[in-house]
Amino acid sequence: MGMTMTQKILADHAGLKEVKAGQLINAKLDIVHGNDVTSPVAINEFNRCKAENVFDKSRITLIMDHFTPNKDIKSAENCKQVREFAKKFNIDNYYDVGQMGIEHALLPEQGLVVPGDTVIGADSHTCTYGALGAFSTGVGSTDMAAGMISGMAWFKVPSALKIVLKGKLQENVSGKDVILHLIGKIGVDGALYRSLEFTGEGVHALSMDDRLCIANMAIECGAKNGIFPVDDVTLEYVNGRAKREYKVYEADADAEYDEVIEIDLSALRPTVAFPHLPENTKTIDEIKPNEVKIDQVVIGSCTNGRMEDMEAAAKILKGKKVNKDVRTIIIPATQQIYLQCIEKGIIKIFIEAGAVVSTPTCGPCLGGHMGILAKGERAVATTNRNFVGRMGHPESEVYLSSPAVAAASAVAGYIADPAKI
Amino acid sequence: MKVQGKVHKYGNNVDTDVIIPARYLNTSEPSALAEHCMEDIDTEFVKNVSKGDIMVAERNFGCGSSREHAPIAIKASGISCVIASSFARIFYRNALNIGLSILECEEAAKEIKANDEVSVDFDTGVITDITTGKTYQAEPFPPFIQNIIEKGGLLNSLTK
Repeated sequence: MGMTMTQKILADHAGLKEVKAGQLINAKLDIVHGNDVTSPVAINEFNRCKAENVFDKSRITLIMDHFTPNKDIKSAENCKQVREFAKKFNIDNYYDVGQMGIEHALLPEQGLVVPGDTVIGADSHTCTYGALGAFSTGVGSTDMAAGMISGMAWFKVPSALKIVLKGKLQENVSGKDVILHLIGKIGVDGALYRSLEFTGEGVHALSMDDRLCIANMAIECGAKNGIFPVDDVTLEYVNGRAKREYKVYEADADAEYDEVIEIDLSALRPTVAFPHLPENTKTIDEIKPNEVKIDQVVIGSCTNGRMEDMEAAAKILKGKKVNKDVRTIIIPATQQIYLQCIEKGIIKIFIEAGAVVSTPTCGPCLGGHMGILAKGERAVATTNRNFVGRMGHPESEVYLSSPAVAAASAVAGYIADPAKI
Repeated sequence: MKVQGKVHKYGNNVDTDVIIPARYLNTSEPSALAEHCMEDIDTEFVKNVSKGDIMVAERNFGCGSSREHAPIAIKASGISCVIASSFARIFYRNALNIGLSILECEEAAKEIKANDEVSVDFDTGVITDITTGKTYQAEPFPPFIQNIIEKGGLLNSLTK
């Protein structure tokens, strides 16, 4: 019986010829990652078991992105703790304010994760790197601590859903609409404990930014990981960035899948997830103009803070003004993206439109800082979760969309079709 | 090992943002996290919970963020066991790693009601609703997982 792409990567990292779904394995890790919220808990665990060193100082990444630039004294203390840990063990890839970006945009951009890797990160959106053809999954701080000490983690080998993509996306439709459509179809636990393996001729028409966005939200349908095959588009992105050698894995032709789901990309429409679950999706055609009036728009995050996202927003905001009742917050995900936005005149477009542009931070996505909602307020956000209280008051509401829909909605003052702005 | 307590009941997709909202994640102190456990969906939980109580919920408990603060908050609030139809995978792993007992049992998760008195025997996996007299069978944890829970977490089990 053949193996899925995920199973082949896991087998190789466990030193096994073959693995089967359900099998427990101990796998070698290429990268162990944490941020300013999860690393302090991991470091406390690391210290509590009196570990003397990390397994490999070049394979740990620590990125201060959630509550940074620090929003209060406690978060400053947390970053200080991680900074001191990074200094003590001479961690190569510690990123602080000035170099840091949103973790899941930064690690691929800097070539720190590469195809064929096995990665754990103490952040649920660690699944993003599946876009590069790596196995990557979110874990908690204890697993991060054990990973930093041993360079290993145990896994239950997942079975998989095969997602066959066909056709090509239409204008104003992006990777975000693909993943929201899929979550709407299978539900927030539709892939629980399993892999999502994206395949089919439609993959080749998707940009890396689209793939990173799609893999990023695999967790929102419960998946252990989401993974894409490695093709010319991947290699073009990886070559020149990769800090290590990479390895290309392919699923066996006779790999077994729990289920096969086909998605015709050309038939997809801009899609919005209504409160309070990412599965509550509607296409833009099902939402009437003026139906959902909004108070805030956030364009950014590990899901949609990349260059193509900035360009999609700029295309709509160019020469227009955002609605006077909509606070529009735009957050390029890394310093490199920020700089590119300056060089291409995109920041000027945003500011002239009446939006505010922030330094990279996860801040508003998780209701941390930089854009908290008051009671009864509504936001359209290009982020990944719209749970109760996610962006502020428990009685506020978050609507998840692509950057194009978010920018169009900022101008309209209500959830709007980018084609009609 | 056996536990017994009063039930706090919730529905499907209880996410880690409502278990412990991100606005409180600037600390990892268990008692500070416990003060805000569940507050966005149940403002009474912190007032009503007693040591040993049991949390029962339905599908996909603990979905969302990987924050270990979520099982830490539940454990520090005094909850002795969480029973659900299914758990989100990161939460499942985190709960065991920090020594919070969890059991998957669809029938129990559906039928047990708020404020019922329930006991759980971890050696056998038997869940007893003392209020209704009904028993349910969950898959018991193998001894090495029970050891992690009894020692108070994965790293404790390695070092003690």
